[in-house]
Parts: sequence; structure tokens; C-alpha cells
Amino acid sequence: MQKRVGFDRWALPYLLVLPQLAVTLVFFIWPASEALWQSMLRQDPFGLSTEFVWFENFVELFHDPAYLHSFGRTIVFSASTTFLSMVVSLLMAVAADRVMRGANTYKTLLIWPYAVAPAIAGVLWWFIFNPSIGIVAYALSVLGVDWNHYNNGAQAMLLVVIAAAWKQISYNFIFFLAGLQAIPRSLIEAAAIDAAGPVKRFWTVVFPLLSPTTFFLLVINVVYSFFETFGIVHATTSGGPAAATEILVYKVYKDGFIGLDLGSSAAQSVILMAIVISLTVVQFRYIERRVAY
Amino acid sequence: MAELHLNGVRKVYAGGVEAIRGVDLEAEDGEFVVIVGPSGCGKSTLLRMVAGLERTSEGEIRIGERVVNDLEPAQRDIAMVFQNYALYPHMSVFRNMAYGLNNQGRPKEEILERVQRAARMLQLEGLLERKPRQLSGGQRQRVAMGRALVRDPKVFLFDEPLSNLDAKLRVQMRVEIKALQRGLGTTAMYVTHDQVEAMTLADRLVVMNGGVAEQIGRPLDIYQRPATRFVAGFIGSPSMNFLTAAVAADGRSLELPGELRVPLSARAGPTAGRQVTVGVRPEHLHLSPGSGPRLTLSVGLIELLGAETVVYGHPAGHEEAVTLRVQGVPEVTEGQDLELGLDPAHVHLFDARTGRSLSHPDDGGAV
Repeated sequence: MQKRVGFDRWALPYLLVLPQLAVTLVFFIWPASEALWQSMLRQDPFGLSTEFVWFENFVELFHDPAYLHSFGRTIVFSASTTFLSMVVSLLMAVAADRVMRGANTYKTLLIWPYAVAPAIAGVLWWFIFNPSIGIVAYALSVLGVDWNHYNNGAQAMLLVVIAAAWKQISYNFIFFLAGLQAIPRSLIEAAAIDAAGPVKRFWTVVFPLLSPTTFFLLVINVVYSFFETFGIVHATTSGGPAAATEILVYKVYKDGFIGLDLGSSAAQSVILMAIVISLTVVQFRYIERRVAY
Repeated sequence: MAELHLNGVRKVYAGGVEAIRGVDLEAEDGEFVVIVGPSGCGKSTLLRMVAGLERTSEGEIRIGERVVNDLEPAQRDIAMVFQNYALYPHMSVFRNMAYGLNNQGRPKEEILERVQRAARMLQLEGLLERKPRQLSGGQRQRVAMGRALVRDPKVFLFDEPLSNLDAKLRVQMRVEIKALQRGLGTTAMYVTHDQVEAMTLADRLVVMNGGVAEQIGRPLDIYQRPATRFVAGFIGSPSMNFLTAAVAADGRSLELPGELRVPLSARAGPTAGRQVTVGVRPEHLHLSPGSGPRLTLSVGLIELLGAETVVYGHPAGHEEAVTLRVQGVPEVTEGQDLELGLDPAHVHLFDARTGRSLSHPDDGGAV
């Protein structure tokens, strides 16, 4: 009995999707193809001579210890950021789910960090952890920890992870809270009657039921930490010290705009693009199948 | 297995709303108690207080010899069947049923044996590996029952367990629940708004209204001797007809509009001139009036149900509509005037102001 809505004239549907197609074309297909093309070129720093080199840029990248190092750093950074922001936001969501009074104020306040631009977030944490004037750095020195992310690579990594995770917590929090509130109360009550304590209830009933949300956020967070953290890294550590926080997106910028090695930089962006595409595919595959149950 | 005692139980919410205003109830071991009432009467709240899902503001709830007011739900040795079944969607039927036993730390073999026995009882044997979403409504209902059953609790609690099923399945499950409960001999407390369920399942029926148990008793007693006007109107379908009347000056008969007079039996004895409500069940109006009082009805709608017929109409001189229920298919047409006989022995009298029964003043619960 279902009636499909059709168009009398063939031009109208194309006209309707035209703006979307135009935007995609101008802002994605065109620059992406440029990048693809660039990634197969080699240019001298002054742009005077250009040579087509096929996949040589890629081959070189995977033989370059600096690039592989950056890959490793990215994985550490991405895993830590995702883990930290998801764990903290889940804790906050569980707490907020139990709050009765002032719940809205609490939620609103938690959402604010999301409105802060990445670069500002980076500067904020840069100030807080600054070895000479930062309040946390001072507090740590009182506790006997010598904080200096200018020469300590592990500390620098910790700093960018905290800054990046902080910004993402509010986003995760909203989704976790919505996920928690979508779990029927009677399920929790049934579990309470079935002699499951609060902790057991969380791990055997609540957490499994949250798994679609968790998986969705996992993908989103990985994508975020891979691609949207340039501003944070740039504002806090600039990839240093000794490339300890030089993640892939940052290296794209550094090699392309500072090193002026456009071919290699383009090849790196193509690799990043491939990663995004595969992550998106994974996400859609699983979301369609609705993880877990 | 245990008795269930509720003693002056009250529930007051933080905002000062009083949901339960003092309920006393005793259920013997193995008894099936049904709480029935309109929505918002507090029946579910009362059940949830017994379950431990709501705090009891005042009074005492006792299961067996133990006062359970301050115990967690898990410690009360109860099992509950929820309206929406509340099955764990990510667990198989087996794991759903075994969950409670697992949490109690029972040995594996015992869990397996108990779940299988329950599955046999409920004809779920072939479905143990399925997930709840792969089951039909009736099967889910059975799993929810099974989950309660395997626990072998002291008291079963049912929160409108059949209201999500279609009419046919509801009748079938109703019979099964009753048979199961009889077989196990476990005390049960069952909340419903469906009076057929209430009448058929209950050993002891509690009619609630506005946070108060209006009447507690055996279902048939409540039907035949309702303690209040509310109970009289709530129990029975189609519901009881109510007409306003006054007691005649001699105190021996009732005067109703339309020149209708109904003799009063001696035991009722309301004082002369008093305003009362007369209640007559639809089946106690007769098409063939004898020598007794008569009521003229102008027929409105007629519902033919096959086995019986329900006739709606307006009696001459009365504000209220009247319903008549007769066996078979009588020869009645819409718009016709019907002469109805009224049997004074089946007339219920209620105080027009308080709603209390004047015919059966000694009956009733904790009103």
C-alpha cells in the first residue's frame, strides 16, 4: 500500500540536490583531488620545477623514521585522549543521571567546554600548566613533581591529552547521559530485585545496554583525536619537545607549510583521508547492525 | 512461602502528596491478593513499596515474620513481574532467568536445573537460547514469569503483567497464572485495573481509590455487598446504575422521581427525608415486571453481544442514564419505551453525601 512519491519532471530532483552536490564538490571533491594530485608530485621549495613521481612520496614516508614515529605518537595520543574523555564523561553522566535537583544547571555547565575553540582550549591549558606561571605546575612543584613540558616529552604528551580530552568530555557526556536515560527504569529495578548491587548492575545491565552509544562515541572520539586536535597541539606544545607530541595532522602542517615539502605533506593528508574513510565505513557498518543486542 | 502483612502503610512524597493514606492488609500463606482500582489510585505504588522500590513513609510491611521496611529489594525474598516485562534485552532467555540465581551465587548445576524446570512449566524449553527481541509478546510474558519463578520467592508481585497482551492471550495467561500460583502455593500480590482479572484471580480482592483501600474481601462478597458507592460502580461491567432518591416520610420506602416507590427492608433503616443513592446492577432489572416497583425506560443504544444484550436508556423523570442487561436477544428496538421491573431485594443504598453503603454498613475495609 506504500506509495512512492515521484517527480513529474526529471529536472526537479537534480535541482533539489544541487546545492548539496555543489558544496561537496567545492569543499571536498576538488581539494581532495588536488591533494591526491599533489601527493604524486615533487616540487622544489620555490615552486620553479615540478616532477611527477607516482607513489614515491608514499614509499618515502613509510621508510621515514620521523613519520613512523609520528604515527606511533598519534596512536598513543588518540588512544589516551579517547580513553580519558570517555571514562570521565561516563562517570559524569552516571553521576548526572542520579541527580534530581539542579540537574539542568549541572548539564548546562558541563556542555560549555564544547563551545570553546580548540586553540583557546589549548592556550587555556598552556597557561594552567605553564612551568613558570601555571597554577597546576606550581601545585605540582609543591608536591615535588618537576613539571616542565618544554623538555619532558611524556609530560608534553600528557598535557595535550588532557587538553584534547577536556574539550571532548562535554560532547561524550551528552550522549552518555541520553543513553543512560533511554534505559527503562524497570530494567534497573528488575536487576535490583534480582539481587544485583549497584556496581554489578552497572556492569551487567547498564553498560551492555549503553554499548551502541559507547561504540558510536569511540569512533567519533578517535576521529576527533586524529583530525581535530591540530589547534590544541599547535597552541600548547607545537609538536615538541623533540617531536614528542607531533601527531599526524600536525606533521602535515609542519612538513607542508614550514618545511615546504608539499608533495610529502599531500601524501600524508591522503593517508589521513584513507583513515577517516575506513573509520567511517566501520562506523556505518556497525551502527546499521546495532552492536551488542 | 509466607504471609504478607501491611499495617497502617502510608506513602507521602517529598512534595507532600499523599499517595497511600493508610492501608491495612493481611494475606495468608499461599493467598492470591489482587489490588484493583482506577489509574492513580496508588495500587502500583503500594506494590512497589512491598517490593522495596519505593520507601515506606509510615507503617509496617511484614513478609513472614520479618519486617521488611528497611530492607533492599534483593533482601526481601520477593520476585516481581513488570508490566513491560523488563527483560534484559542483551541476555538470552536462559541468562535472563538465571541472572538472579547467579547473583545469589548458587552452584551452576542448581541454576541449570531450576531454569530448566521453570522452562518446562512455562513451555519455554525450545527458546532458552533466544534473545527477548526474538520472542512474541506472550513468550516474553512467560520469560518474565519464569524469571520470577526460578527464584522460588516468598511472595510473587505482579504489576499489571497482562496489560501489554492482546485480549485473547490475556485470557489464556490469566488462567495460566492462576494455575501456576495454585500449584506452587506461593503468596501473590497482583495489581490490575482490569476487573475481570481482579474477579477471576483473587482469593482476596482489594479495591483501592484515592490511596485508600475502599473494601477488602472475597471477590463475590465485594460484588454482592459493595461497601461504598465507588466500589459498587467500579466492580461489575456494565457498571451499576445509580439513581438519586429520598427516604419517604414514613421511613419505609424510597421516593424516586417519576412516581417510583421502592419499599425499604427493615434492616437498612435510614432516617426519613434523607437523601440517598439507589444502586441497581444492570442484570437486576427485568423485562417482565412483576407486582413490584416499575421503571419506564426510553431505549437508546442497544448492544447485541450474542449471549447477552446490553440496553442503554433514560428512565422517565431521571437525570441519570440506566443500563439493562438481559440474557439472549430480546425484542427491543431503539426509541421504544420499556417497562422494567425492579427487585427490592437487589437494591443497594448509599449515603448520598459520604458514599457509604447503607445496605451493608458492616462490610468493608479500612475506610
